[in-house]
Amino acid sequence: MALLERAGRDRPATPSNRRSLGSLTARRERRERRWHLGPDLDRQQRPSRSLLVALGLASATLMTLDLTADGAALEPVRGAVADVVGPAQAGASAIVRPVVGVPDLLRTHASLRDEVAALEEENTALRAELGSAAFQRNRLAAYDELTAAAEDLGYSLVPSRVVGWGPAQSFSSTVTIDAGTDAGVRPDMTVVSGAGLVGRVVSAGRTSATVLLIIDPSSTVGARVGDTMDMGFLRGRGVVGDDARLDLELVDRTAVPARQDSVVTWGSDGGAPYVAGVPIGRVTHVYSSLRETAQRVVLDPYVDFGSLDVVGVVVPTGTTSDRALVGADGELKGAGR
Amino acid sequence: MTTARSLAAAAAVLLALLLQVSLFPHVAWQGVVPNLALLVVVGAALTRGPQFAMVVGFAAGALIDLAPPADHVAGRWALALTVVGYVAGRVRAESSPTATTVVGTVAASSFVGTSLFAITGLLVGDLSVGVGELLLVIGVAVLWDVVLTPFVLPPLMALFRRLEPARVT
Repeated sequence: MALLERAGRDRPATPSNRRSLGSLTARRERRERRWHLGPDLDRQQRPSRSLLVALGLASATLMTLDLTADGAALEPVRGAVADVVGPAQAGASAIVRPVVGVPDLLRTHASLRDEVAALEEENTALRAELGSAAFQRNRLAAYDELTAAAEDLGYSLVPSRVVGWGPAQSFSSTVTIDAGTDAGVRPDMTVVSGAGLVGRVVSAGRTSATVLLIIDPSSTVGARVGDTMDMGFLRGRGVVGDDARLDLELVDRTAVPARQDSVVTWGSDGGAPYVAGVPIGRVTHVYSSLRETAQRVVLDPYVDFGSLDVVGVVVPTGTTSDRALVGADGELKGAGR
Repeated sequence: MTTARSLAAAAAVLLALLLQVSLFPHVAWQGVVPNLALLVVVGAALTRGPQFAMVVGFAAGALIDLAPPADHVAGRWALALTVVGYVAGRVRAESSPTATTVVGTVAASSFVGTSLFAITGLLVGDLSVGVGELLLVIGVAVLWDVVLTPFVLPPLMALFRRLEPARVT
């Protein structure tokens, strides 16, 4: 490559010296070119299609490798890259955090005000609902059940921070957290925050892991409505920020959840990828049409995915970890609130 | 390709990745962040031509594909940024890099890069967003990249230009 470059650069130099008596315009033009384009004008005009094709094929090979056998071939490579880039992201995030903290203060203030408004609204709604005692009893029973479920889960939390966010240009909602296999984090583990369900771990390096958020369009969560125990499947829309919404498709076509009903995870066998009873969000809209086979319920997630910071990975109790685990007693209940 | 230039390109790409993953999400709009890796590729293309830019593009793309927050099929950004390197390099062959052409090249490259990434997503069945949101994301991405161009590209191009090996006369 270096030889080729040199050869390409030699070519224009010699004739230009010889033709120094040429017309003024030609000289100026040459000077102009040399000034703007550098000495390798000829080099970049050589056909570079072969390189384009070669690199294109290399990309296609990568895609094929990743698509076959569920990307098992690329798993070690991803792990190796994660071991280098993960700590770098954690470092960069640590540097960045105080800097972004300043506008964050203002934003927190604004969001607090929003939250107060939302809570006042909810308060009014609850006052209005106070008349329907039967409904409230039902609701209380559902909450009791939830609390009981949270108590005997037998899981611990690995605390970690979000250090990297996937760009929307990649059309998938993923984040990097600074806990990996060293901390006991494995793929297909539930990730929660203080407000509710965040997502699940899709891949884990030694010191970092990638989490697929539940707002990602490719994420599906088994969920049930806390009040009626109706089951359904939850999908994201890929929208981050305040207007992040989730779509819940109920299995029972006749079930109509009430507004503000809470929706929790249904839980998978063995707690992977989602443990049971983690709150996800509350119902805001219910749509049904003759053509649709099921009710489509729209949820407002409890978690604010635009400002994720501290999250917890749900691990079985007794997992060996490089950091202190948050025990199941009370703490998980706290996370479930 | 000299070692110094490769190292500088690698460092620039790594720094770009870290910034766009850890810093810019804090100021992102709807999750769309400026694609700094793409700006590095365009800078390489405008100073060093398509060959160097394609190699940088492939390396940067592969890194984005494999580094932690990525969950898409690997190779998609690698392909997109390789083509960006080629296209930007061709644009450079047509005209001298003035401020207008640089901004134009960045806008075109950003559009081509993000669109190509989306198209490969469609082809391998990895894309699950609607056309409306797709166009919105592409538009915002182009805007971001153009806004950051005056801050990122001049030092970057100066870096790549300075690391030219001594001229053989």
